[in-house]
Amino acid sequence: MAVLVDKNTRLIVQGITGKEGSFHAKGAAEYGTVVVGGVTPGKGGTTHEGWPVFNTVAEAVEKTGANATVIFVPPPFAADAILEAEDAGLPLIVAITEGIPTLDMVKVWAKIKGSSSRLIGPNCPGVISPGKAKIGIMPARIHLEGSVGIVSKSGTLTYEAVHQLTQRGIGQSTAIGIGGDPIIGTTHIDALKLLNEDPETEAIIMIGEIGGAAEEAAAAYVKAHVKKPVVGFIAGQTAPPGRRMGHAGAIISGGQGTAAEKMKAMTDAGIHVVISPADIGAKLAEVIGKA
Amino acid sequence: MKIHEYQAKTILAKYGVPVPRGEVANTLPEAADAARLLLGGGASGVVVKAQIHAGGRGKGGGVKVVRDLAAAEDAAKAILGMQLVTHQTGPQGQKVQRLLVEETAAIDRELYLGIVLDRATGKLVFMASQAGGMEIEEVAAKDPTAIHKEEIDPVIGLAGYQGRKIAFALGLKPSMVNAGVTFFQSLYKAFTETDASLLEINPFITTKDDKLFALDAKMTFDDNALFRHPEIKALRDVAEEDPLEVEASKYALNYIKLDGSIACMVNGAGLAMATMDIIQYAGGSPANFLDVGGGATQEQIEHAFEILLSDKNVKAIFINIFGGILRVDRLATGVVAAARNLNVTVPIVLRLEGTNVEEGRKILKDSGLNFEVGATMKEAADLVVAAAKAVA
Repeated sequence: MAVLVDKNTRLIVQGITGKEGSFHAKGAAEYGTVVVGGVTPGKGGTTHEGWPVFNTVAEAVEKTGANATVIFVPPPFAADAILEAEDAGLPLIVAITEGIPTLDMVKVWAKIKGSSSRLIGPNCPGVISPGKAKIGIMPARIHLEGSVGIVSKSGTLTYEAVHQLTQRGIGQSTAIGIGGDPIIGTTHIDALKLLNEDPETEAIIMIGEIGGAAEEAAAAYVKAHVKKPVVGFIAGQTAPPGRRMGHAGAIISGGQGTAAEKMKAMTDAGIHVVISPADIGAKLAEVIGKA
Repeated sequence: MKIHEYQAKTILAKYGVPVPRGEVANTLPEAADAARLLLGGGASGVVVKAQIHAGGRGKGGGVKVVRDLAAAEDAAKAILGMQLVTHQTGPQGQKVQRLLVEETAAIDRELYLGIVLDRATGKLVFMASQAGGMEIEEVAAKDPTAIHKEEIDPVIGLAGYQGRKIAFALGLKPSMVNAGVTFFQSLYKAFTETDASLLEINPFITTKDDKLFALDAKMTFDDNALFRHPEIKALRDVAEEDPLEVEASKYALNYIKLDGSIACMVNGAGLAMATMDIIQYAGGSPANFLDVGGGATQEQIEHAFEILLSDKNVKAIFINIFGGILRVDRLATGVVAAARNLNVTVPIVLRLEGTNVEEGRKILKDSGLNFEVGATMKEAADLVVAAAKAVA
């Protein structure tokens, strides 16, 4: 079954005529995702790599029956692109763009929060259900179809976890990159909820990082609702306070958001927390009895 | 991006926030002129304040209140050029390059105001507390109820009734409430219109003659929004930043200097943090955070090497790359060329995974240079820690 993305996904690409949008539209299609078109304002009526290009998202949805979009629009215009996708009623919006101003996202969030659209990201690698479809920039070939769900703020750490699993012959149901920004559409809790309710997902890997308190909230959710085994890792155990570690949201401020606090909350919730990022795959194998 | 107090006050004044009269001084004569002007203009005293980006200046001896010109000159002499150490600067301190000379105020009460993003709600929050002059984190830890919070709807902004709630929570006199509301709303306007990420007025004071002032002001800005605020971007003071970090920012490299001996070069912020963690786990200490991004070019890799090698503490380099879009063979070619061009002699340990990894490993092996390759992240971390210890 997997979650969010599968064979029924009909994807449009906002920013399809740009370098990134074009490259990853092809990558998604090669992996088997049904890509139905793209949007670039002013280039409507043309085609790009064989796909129809539309001026507006609403028109693209109407003409193609799209039910998901992926956004590769540059940061100054990305918030507007998300709003346009929400306005067009798309159930799934995946925003890859890194560097969207926070106050733009405050406005977007006010609009998206109560809507029927789910936003993944921004500043994320996207979502992949191995063997079915992918929306995003992750390298497809490291994945293996299976039953481990993954949720992570970090792109490369998600790949790392996936790779460690695949090397052990353990496949993945869906890997969700939720993004490293302070305001993201889908949090750890939201993703855990999806994976917990997915009958095909048998175990979960949760990867977080310093900053904010989303991991603590997710740990409380796991404790109360998740019966599936969960393995966790928090990046930034050695990060100094007050410094932004690459991701806009990765900062310990006022003593809040440390890795130690998050790891403690997760351990207390019964999550199998590993200290070393090299042990994520081994620990998961151990808890599901495939070590 | 951080700015100085005097810069924040200039911005706030533009938005109608009352700040004490004052002048910035880069030299001792300028400081004396400023003090003379203020004292001649009726000020009963002046305060000489070190302008550095770190907080805790008062405790470190960077703020002095004086009553006459001679004392002001002495204070300026003591502070300007000093290596000011606070709890935020680290033990090496920060050199004071300029001063803010301000008139003193007849302080009645010291209060706290702040605006930050609440990530859990995705909204800005206005915070106010009667415990002015203290670090707000300390207040929050001791007595969270001492902080009044108003969540701000982005469509409405800070509403009048919210401003009044803040004013009453702070215990402002009824005659001062309206001025308070205007003050708070001006702060909110300044925050949103400049794309700030943090605004703190600590202390926010009331005076004996019932006036309100921002006695101190701290503003930081969202780096991602600087593209639409060239006037804010121009306020950056690179003298307050680590020189290596300034250098790295020229090449779009995400670099943060740390105190350890093992330099790291990684793609992706999460993996870069995790690499620091695994170095420590293996018994070493990381010299930096460095995310070269998803599409590092050979030129970027060369610049990254130059920056890593400029750090005299570095005894070994750990390159940890998970090549997704970034092809490992291309990266290996870049690393070999950069190591040759720069004649790198410190040991380099690599851990490479991803697209074309076999070709990449072969390129490293055939280069004849002193590379070690770890099969896993763990093995590579152990190798680099051992290499650093062998050098030291």
